[in-house]
This record gives sequence, structure tokens and C-alpha cells, in this order.
Amino acid sequence: MPDSEFIALEKVEKVFEVRRKTGFLKRERRQVRAVDSISFTVARGEMVGYIGPNGAGKSTTIKMLTGILTPSAGRLRVAGIDPSRERTRLAHRIGVVFGQRTTLWWDLPLIDSYRLAHRMYRIPDARYRENLDRCVELLELGDLLDVPVRQLSLGQRMRGDIAAALLHDPEVLYLDEPTIGLDVVSKAKVRGFLKELNAERATTVLLTTHDLQDIEQLCSRVMVIDHGRLVYDGALAGLHEAGEGERTLVVDLERELPPIEVPSCRVVRVEGPRQWLAFPAGQSAAPLVASIAAAYPLVDLSVREPDIEAVIAKMYAEKAVS
Amino acid sequence: MGEGSRLVEGARAYRLIAGMWVRSTMAYRASFVMTTFGNFAATFFDFVAIMLMFSRVDALGGYALPEVAFLYGLSAVSFGLADLVIGSMDRLGRRVRDGTLDTLLVRPAPVLAQVAADRFALRRLGRVTQGSLVLGWSLTRVDIDWTALKLLLMPVMVVSGCGIFCAVFVAGAAFQFVAQDASEVQNAFTYGGTTLLQYPPTVFAKELVRGVTFVLPLAFVNWLPAAYVLGRPYPLGLPGWVAFASPLVAVGCCALAGLAWRAGLRSYRSTGS
Repeated sequence: MPDSEFIALEKVEKVFEVRRKTGFLKRERRQVRAVDSISFTVARGEMVGYIGPNGAGKSTTIKMLTGILTPSAGRLRVAGIDPSRERTRLAHRIGVVFGQRTTLWWDLPLIDSYRLAHRMYRIPDARYRENLDRCVELLELGDLLDVPVRQLSLGQRMRGDIAAALLHDPEVLYLDEPTIGLDVVSKAKVRGFLKELNAERATTVLLTTHDLQDIEQLCSRVMVIDHGRLVYDGALAGLHEAGEGERTLVVDLERELPPIEVPSCRVVRVEGPRQWLAFPAGQSAAPLVASIAAAYPLVDLSVREPDIEAVIAKMYAEKAVS
Repeated sequence: MGEGSRLVEGARAYRLIAGMWVRSTMAYRASFVMTTFGNFAATFFDFVAIMLMFSRVDALGGYALPEVAFLYGLSAVSFGLADLVIGSMDRLGRRVRDGTLDTLLVRPAPVLAQVAADRFALRRLGRVTQGSLVLGWSLTRVDIDWTALKLLLMPVMVVSGCGIFCAVFVAGAAFQFVAQDASEVQNAFTYGGTTLLQYPPTVFAKELVRGVTFVLPLAFVNWLPAAYVLGRPYPLGLPGWVAFASPLVAVGCCALAGLAWRAGLRSYRSTGS
């Protein structure tokens, strides 16, 4: 297996048979194609964002990559292993973090969950100590190790979960919504850690998220899936162009003014002295800010990134039209 | 991985996870003491009900109180042990529904062992203790003509009975991959089964006895071997050797349950939920 094809999918499909109640004891069978002939490869050490609206097939793909689900068709390999056939062998080489459900032991101190991993994964003692110390330091878990998991905040628990997934030196880390519900500080900590992990250990990371900033700060490559199909695979900047996404500039002026006029911008909303201006996502905000500051009494401003759902929705709508 | 090493791996994972659950319950020591006592008390009153019945009648289906206690004790101990070891398997349906089964599937250990150890609870020793007490009491009262063979049959009966109940638990859990809210159906066979076995086969309709002999072979837990120990006629006029068939029946049931589990897990992994 070449390093460039560390994760390889070839025309992978997943078809579910859904039974729906149509009457008393009557069921209607319907086939749902959750993943529809997806092919891609991920190189060792790459960090890839895997995004798409709810129900697009993200989780189904992740579940096939971890061996939880068996593909209906196609070929799938992770580190040269067929996940669904050799689930337990693969388990030693991958780490999985489910953002919405913890794998930690609720009533026990955090350290106990790590001790279990130590024994269950048969991690050599020295290696375990080293990895644990590293995670504790970088994820700032030192004061939390003796605290029962139920007493941890969401952010602390997420950091705890990430550490738990890494103690056995996985070569691939799957993260399903790792920053969901976290505050800004916790998000920054998690992102910083993942970046360092990827840089130092060359751990391959595949993450699904709804937070565009996760992708922006972590992933050089993003894959967009919708209705079970891969609709985009490339750099994040290209995604904005492909989806013709717009960013929003929120400006606070000294006083109430009629909608301001700046080239390549349009005012989408006015509320007292505050105005919202939309501009193409591919364009830099700096010259806009300069020209606004030159012509108007500017007090404060901020840039809002386009909502990833909106970008994808727009992208898909365009595809349907063309 | 061969079947043998899977078994070793499974036992190891089971031990690790069960240990974690024991420590989890010890985080609430008072609650543990109370639920253990509650478990014991609930089953205790269960037997008191039978004793009350005997204050009105002298025999039930031809069995006197000590003999019924003998059946009761055997059934309770066998079931109690199975309940202690894998009693939380009826939670599988919930794990399938809320998706937490997935977190078990990404660990390097057999899923059956992980699910079996789920919520391992020492408080279930309450039922085993109560069953043992009733069995002990009955042994001081029943009139048995002890032979070496009968003595040997006693532990064999308990272990086989535990195996048969374990098989029912596993098969029930396997069914929950398909019908995720079927834990009550499973309880009907496990808890219902043990209650049934606490009474002599002679009080039940022939069809029912036939059902628990040939379809769901719970009769091999205590009815048939106990008939031999007590020197009673066998139900349904079965031949004498059936009293010694329990271990074979247990092994057969476990094998079938294992296959059912495998099929259930396979259907989960190919359909998802």
C-alpha cells in the first residue's frame, strides 16, 4: 500500500433498506442510497475535512471506514486493511472520537478510562506513559485526571475523549464533530492540539464538522458530500468559489446612515448605525475595509464567514440548474 | 483470529469491563448496599408467596414444599448466575437505538463480550444468595436417597442451567438487532422462564411442558435432572437418560445462540440504524 493511498475508497456504495409503516402490519420497503459510488484517496499524514448537510452520508462513510458498517459495494481499504472484515485488527490502528457521545466512564475519574485503554489496547507501559503525559500537557488535562467524568464540562470532556482516542498511537484519527457545542477557548485548544498532532506524528486526520473555522484552521483539503455523492474535493478557497459563497462584513458606523455604497459589495441589512454588507467569499476584505473607512465614519467592524450549509446548498442548487 | 483466541480475548475484555462497572457502582456505595439488599428482599418475598400457598395446600402437583423449594432453588441459582454474568444484555436494543453500540464496535475486543459485561452489577448476587439459601434449606428437608451420581448431578445441573439461561439471554439480545424494543419479549423468556421452572412440571398443561422441553429447552435446567434426583416420574414419559442430557443441551443452546448473535450483528453492520 503506497502512502498516497493510506485511505482508499473505490466506488463505495451503501444502500439501506428502509421499512416504513403504511398501515397496520403493512410495511413498504424502500431502498435508500446513503453513499453512492464514492471514490477518493487520502495520503498518510493528510488532514481532511469531510463536510455536508445532515443526512448527506458523512457518518455512513465514517462508519464504513471504521468497520462498523459493511459497504454494499465497492472496495475500501484503511492502512491496507478491509475494515469490515478485520474490524478488531483495524481498531488498533485507528482512533475514533464521536463528538456527541463520550466513550469515557461517566462515574469514574478520567484516569480510569485511560487505564482501561492501556490494558484493552495492550499499549506497552513506556509508550502509554509517554502518550498520556503528552496528551495531559497539550490538552491541559493535569487537574482533571482525578475528577469523575460526569463532573467535567463539555469542553473538558471532549479533550478527555480526544486523549482517550490517541493513547494507542493510532495512525488515523476520525473525528465526528469534535468542536460541537464547545466555547471559543475550548475550540482553540482542540484545534491547536490536532494541528500539532498532525505535524509531529503525521497522524492522518479525517474530520466531519459543521464549523467552517475547523476546516479553515486545520484542513488543507475539504471533501463535500451531498445526497451520498462527492460533490467537491479540493482546497477550501476553491469551495467558496465553486459555491459562490458570500462573506458578510458587519460595520458599525458613528450614526444612522443610508445604505453605504462600496464597489462589489451590497448592503443586505441595516439596523440603526449597524449595516451588513455581502461580498464574494473569494475576495479579500482588506481593500473593502479601507475604502469604507475612507468614506464613512467607521467605529467597528467584523467579518462573518459564510455558513457552510448555505454554501453547499447553493452549490447543489446550481448543479441542479446547469 | 481463531475461535479459541477469540474466546480468550473475549474473556479478557469481559473481565476488564466488568471490573470498571464494579468500580463505577462503588462510587455510590450506599446505593449499592441498598439495591443489593432490595434484590435479595424482592426474591425473598417471591419465595414467601410460595410458602403462603403451602399454608393452604399440602402439595402442588404432587410435590411437597421442600421439593418445590428444591426446584425453586435450582432455578433461582442457575438463573441468578446467568443474570449476574450477562443480565444486562437486554439493554442491547437501547444501545442500537441510541447508537452507542458503535462506540463498542471501534474497540479491539469482541462485541459480545463487551455487551455481556455492560452494566455488570454485583447486586445481582442478591438473587443467587437467596436461591442458594432456599436450595440449602430444601436439601435439609427433602428425602433423597443420595448416590454419587446424584451428588455429581447437582453442580452439573447448576452450570448447565446457567448455560441454558445465558443462551436465552444472548438469543434475545440477537433478536433485538432486528426488533430494537423487544427487551420485554426477552424478559418474558428469561424472568418468565425462571418463574415457570420454580413450580413442578405437573401443575402445567402438557403443551406448555412440551414447549419448554423441545422448543425452548428450559426443562433441562431443573425439571428433568431434578426428577431423577428426587426419584419422581419424568414429565411426558421421557426416557431416563434425559436427566443427564442437560450439559449437551446447554452446549447446543449456546452454539445456536452464538450463531444467532453473529447473524444479528452482521445484519446490524450491513443495515446500520
